[in-house]
Order: sequence, then C-alpha cells, then structure tokens
Amino acid sequence: MATNKPDTPLLDQLEDGPWPSFVTGLKRLADSEDKPYANMMKSLLGQLEHSYETRKGYWKGGTAGVIGYGAGVIPRFSEVASKFPESKEFHTLRIMPPAGMHYDTGTLRKFCDIWEEHGSGLIAFHGQSGDIMFQGCDTDNIQPAFDKMNEMGFDMGGAGAGVRTSMSCVGSARCEQSCYDEAKAMRMVINALLDDMHRPSLPYKFKAKFSGCSNDCVNATHRSDFAVIGTWADDMKVNQEKIKEKVAELGRKGFNDQVVNMCPTRALSLNDDDTLDVDNESCVRCMHCINVCTKALSVGDKKGVTILVGGKRTLKIGDLMGTVVVPFHKMEDEDDYDWLVEMAENALEFFADNALEHERMGEMIERIGLVEFLDGLDIEVDPNMISHPRTSSYVRMDTWDEEAEKWAARKGSAAAE
Amino acid sequence: MSDAPRMPDECGVPDAMGFMHPLLKKNYGNWDWHDRPRPGVLHHVAKNGDEVWTVKAGTQRQMDVYTIRKLCDIADQMAGGHVRFTTRSNIEFMVDSADKVDPLIERLEGEGFPVGGTGNSVSMISHTQGWLHCDIPGTDASGVVKSLMDLIYHDFKHEEMPNRVKVTTSCCQINCGGQGDIAINIQHTKPPMINHDLVSNMCERPAVVARCPVAAIRPALVNGKPTLEVDEKKCVCCGACFPPCPPMQINDPVHSKIAIWVGGKHSSTRTKPSFHKLVAAGLPNNAPRWPEAADVVMRILKAYKDGGRPWERMSEWIDRIGWPKFFEVTGLPFTKFHIDDWRGARRSLNASAHVHL
Repeated sequence: MATNKPDTPLLDQLEDGPWPSFVTGLKRLADSEDKPYANMMKSLLGQLEHSYETRKGYWKGGTAGVIGYGAGVIPRFSEVASKFPESKEFHTLRIMPPAGMHYDTGTLRKFCDIWEEHGSGLIAFHGQSGDIMFQGCDTDNIQPAFDKMNEMGFDMGGAGAGVRTSMSCVGSARCEQSCYDEAKAMRMVINALLDDMHRPSLPYKFKAKFSGCSNDCVNATHRSDFAVIGTWADDMKVNQEKIKEKVAELGRKGFNDQVVNMCPTRALSLNDDDTLDVDNESCVRCMHCINVCTKALSVGDKKGVTILVGGKRTLKIGDLMGTVVVPFHKMEDEDDYDWLVEMAENALEFFADNALEHERMGEMIERIGLVEFLDGLDIEVDPNMISHPRTSSYVRMDTWDEEAEKWAARKGSAAAE
Repeated sequence: MSDAPRMPDECGVPDAMGFMHPLLKKNYGNWDWHDRPRPGVLHHVAKNGDEVWTVKAGTQRQMDVYTIRKLCDIADQMAGGHVRFTTRSNIEFMVDSADKVDPLIERLEGEGFPVGGTGNSVSMISHTQGWLHCDIPGTDASGVVKSLMDLIYHDFKHEEMPNRVKVTTSCCQINCGGQGDIAINIQHTKPPMINHDLVSNMCERPAVVARCPVAAIRPALVNGKPTLEVDEKKCVCCGACFPPCPPMQINDPVHSKIAIWVGGKHSSTRTKPSFHKLVAAGLPNNAPRWPEAADVVMRILKAYKDGGRPWERMSEWIDRIGWPKFFEVTGLPFTKFHIDDWRGARRSLNASAHVHL
C-alpha cells in the first residue's frame, strides 16, 4: 500500500532561502517512488513535521546492533509509530571515515548505493562524533548494510561507554603547519584500542583527537579525553626578506598591531630595518604570527607533540579543558609512534581501573588530583603542566626533600647529556 | 558451516592514503606555504613547487543520496574525483591549476552550494541531530542551522569578520555542538515531568539518582509503586536524568528555551582556549525559523564585525572592550543569571579594581 506524502507546512518554510535545505533532500527521498525507502521517508517527514508542531522529539533508544560488536549502532524506535508506522525503526550506523576525511567519489557512490538498498538514503558527512552517520535503517537491514560497508574496508565507530571514533586534522596531507603525521598517529592509536570501541565496558566514553598544531582544527583540547597537539622544540623559521614584504604590505603600524602586539608572550619585536626579532625561549608555539605570515614564518625542524588529557563538556561537574601531561615528545621515527600508542593505552587502562561509573577522564583527575594520574602513568612532573604553582598552604609535604632531590637529579642528568 | 553468521572484519580506521587526492598524497608532509586568493579558496604550495587549489563549499550536512551523487559528479568532472570534508561539514574540492578554480566555483554555486567558509568568514554551524534523530532533543538543530545560515549567507561567502567565527547549535545542555564563538543551545527552565507509572520498569533508579549534579533526585513511592521524585527547589533543570530515565521528561514546548553563549575558542592561538559564556536566555523555541534567537545572533555578529580588530576572536574582542561594553553594543539585558554560582564560580568574578566606565 502506498503511503501518502504528508502535508508539511512548517518544514516547507525551511526550503526557502539560499543555504542548501535538508528538507528538500528529505522530500526528494520521500518522492523516490521506485526506491525501497520512499514510504519510510514519507513517514519520517510526517513525524518530523509533528515534532515541529508540538516542539517535542519522539525517538527512544533500545537495542540494535551487528553480530560481534557491542556498539556503533544508534537504535531509534518511534514513540509515535501508530501515526507514522513506516519509520517506526530508524537506526543510525556510525562508520569510521579515513583519517582526515578524504574520499574518492567511487567510495562515496558505493556508500550511496548501499544506503539506497538498505537504508533511508540519508547520510551525514559527518556527525559531531566524527563518524559517517548512515541515518535511517530498520532493524533487519542493519546487518546486511554493515556487512557491505565492512567488505569495502570500513569499520563500525564507537558509542556508549567505550573508545569513540576519532578525528585528525587535514595535517600533513595539505598543511605546512603540520608538526607530525596526524593521520598515522590517529590510525595507530585508535586501531590499538579497537577492542574497547567494539566491546565497550569502560566507566564512560574515551575520546582521542589529533591536531597538527595549536590551531587545533579538530578541537582536541576541549573535545577529547586524550588530545595530541603538534608542536616543535627548536626555533621557528624566519625568512627575513618575506617579513620585509609583509611589513610593506601591512605597514609598520599594521604589522605591529596584527603580529607583534598580538604575541601572547611578547616574544616578537620589529627591528628598525623591518626584520623580525624572535625570542624563541619565550615563544609558546601558539601559531598566531605563523598564521598571519604564512610565507615568512614557519614551524621549526624538531617536531613533536604535546599531550593534554581530560577535556569534556558539561555533564556533570561543568566543562573542562584538557591540560598538559606531556609538554613535548619528538615524533620522528617509528619508536615515537609506538611510544604514543603506549601512552594512549596506559591512559586508557588507568581510566578503566580508576574512574567511577559515568565519570570522564577529566572528572577522575579532578577527584584524585593530577599527581595521582601522573604517578599511575609514570610521568614526571613538569612546570609546563600548570598555569601557576599552588596558592593554598593546606597540603602535607612530608617528602619535600626527596622530591626536590629528584628534580635536582633530573636537571643534573639533563645537563650531562 | 555455510550458515554461520559473518563475523566483522575488525579493520579499524581506514588508511587515508587510498582515498587522498594524488597531489596531496604526493606532497604528504612536504608543504611549504599557503595563501587565500579569494574567499572560499585556499592555495597551497609544496616544497617542490607543486601547487594545489582547494575550493570549499557549504552543504546541508544531512544529505540525501541525490545531493551526494551531485557532489560526486562535480568532483569527477572538475576536481579529479576526490573530495574531503571538514569538521564543520563543508566539502573541499582540490584542483591542480588556478584556471580550474573559477569554473568550479561557478558550477558549485550554480548547483546551490555556496563557496566560502575560509579565513575570517563565518563558517558552517556545527550541530547536533535534533528532532530528526536524537532521543533527547529539545529542538531541531538542522532547522536552526538552516534558518541561521540563510541569514549568515553573505558572511559565509565573504571574509569580512575580524577573525574566523565558529557557531554551534545544540539541542540540549549536553551541548554536542560544542564550544563556539557563538553557541545557540536549549536551556530548560522547569524540572522534569515524571510519569510515575513507568519509572520502575524503565529506569535503573540508583544510576539516575547518581546522575543528578545537585543531588535533587531521591527514591520515592507513589501510589504504591517505586519511583523517583525531584526536589524542585534544588533542581537546576539540566536534563541529565532524562537520557537514563525517559519517564522524567525534561522537554517542554514552552519552557524549553533557547540560550545564546559567546566567546568559546578551541585553539591555543594567542589566548588559551576558552569556554563560551551565557549572554542571552529565555528565547522561545520558535520552529520552524527561530526568529528571536536569530535576531540575537545577528546582533552579536554585527557588533563584533563593527568593533573587532583584525585577528581578534569573539572572546578576545570582549576581553578588550569589557563585558559592560558588550551588553551595551549588543543591547542585551544583563541579569543576575549571568553571574555564575557553579563550582569555581568565584574565579569568574572581577577580583580587581579594573572597571570599564
């Protein structure tokens, strides 16, 4: 029996205006009478219009998945299925994209074909989770749809209390500011943690994200429990002739206003001959001057990463930014990438062993203190981990002398190298 | 055993090299510098002199297969059959010579995909699933985004802002849309409405009690049935109890409002990353076009565009001019609800004699 396309006077208003309209897309799917999803999408349009009328959502969760995995399908059952029966099941498959979200059109067309056969024809590139979101699939079609994508070389992403799908910036593929191989690091780390993605049994979710510099284009600092941010340890590179050209372009006042005076650590000064004086010891690798002077300034040669842990959003103690636990580690050879994987594995293991139920990494660290976390991962304290030393005197310091000696020994061995 | 179920190939994250544009693959890790010849176009030069032009276009993110195939046709005919997507759901086409840029832009815009989103423009709004697919949404982020991007269209296509502007929307206070220079988020204003007949069957009650950030939920008996009750004076209406216990309905057509937040920043560029701050609330959840919320967003954008200096992000602009000036130039009311009282709130008070007069 053919389902009638519902009247959607409210949604219709979202077809006006210059920005591409998702409603127009939904309607086109509903109008595809020769496709298996046409009735489902008519029903979906009806439910969505009902939401717009009543200003309430009507999906509930439940259980749905694929054989062998405990996560990655987001089950959705309609609470108003009696009115809109054809979309009573409207599940989402989360599929992990290639690092950097690169595609050839052949792959995208195959995805479209699979989702026309088994799903609704509606795909989001991408969800906030970083997944390709194949939205709208009944329970029976989950397995065959996944099998076909899996045979293409794509795997299910994360959901629930497990390791989540990751993101890395475009990085080395097309950015001169990249300080390590983001795609390789992301792939190595996540693929080492797949067991905790596909069979989730952690206290709560665990996200890792990878940005090539402190511009942090994938928002790793705040949106991940384990953030890997590119940086460098030597001096940044300056092409003084190109600096002069930039000064000529912006004017001295413009250059001082937009470059020199915006440096957060006052590490820059314009010389009388329009060359740039850089105090590299004070530079915090914030990227601002490099962003403005893309031809004249660039990152150094001794490249590596800073690792921050504990970023998350509101629930339940309020927002947390990730904070530094590894100020710098070089990323030059395979051993360095193996080290990064081990660091992620250790952080995840400590989280799994010590977090309370529904507690994120940052909340756990707030509860137990950063030093406990560092001890657990065998990381030595470093002044780069803090904005400033403690201001409260309420603390037991029985082993002060021992700790001071450790610092002296570290400094001594560093000086000997 | 021919009828044994197929077990998944646990292949993990695919290797991007197999999908990457040939020029990006060839020059992987060997780029030298870049510039932006015009809004919506990036020009990258490799150390060996190879050049690639990237044309960035906006999409509706929630895409039907017809739209995706249209984008594939454009890529096949004009950009070597490769694309990539950004974290804000823009699509990027790469070409190997400057003369391929203008025809590609013309084709994309002709097919309805605006070209822009680079540099100091307002990029596509990152957003959540909403009424289309989420199980706990207070609004429909896709609709809010479409309504706003129609208004922001000019500033997506032009680089006229002091610096980049990242806008986000979220359908509940969990805020999956994330931090933004401007964030448009649901803010609930009434405690959950509890269906006591369903709680004991649908909810793991101790877990729900533990979920509440202000310990306002306690076990109770209603009509002889075990259920949960909420101390409505303590409740902060966050909605955290609703996902694990759907009979504790937090969404309300009238009392779930829209709030606007400003000054979120993810990067460590210049200033350290910052969280967005509340500036407006109590706006109606007015589908399908959300005019009241859109009006506040456009007012903030205009004030920032007029007053921000080059490279100042929203948070840096406000740091310079001060909050009194912000409320003055945007015309938004400042109320007692803007003063934080959550943990660590004293750190948000002005502990100095610095005042803007």
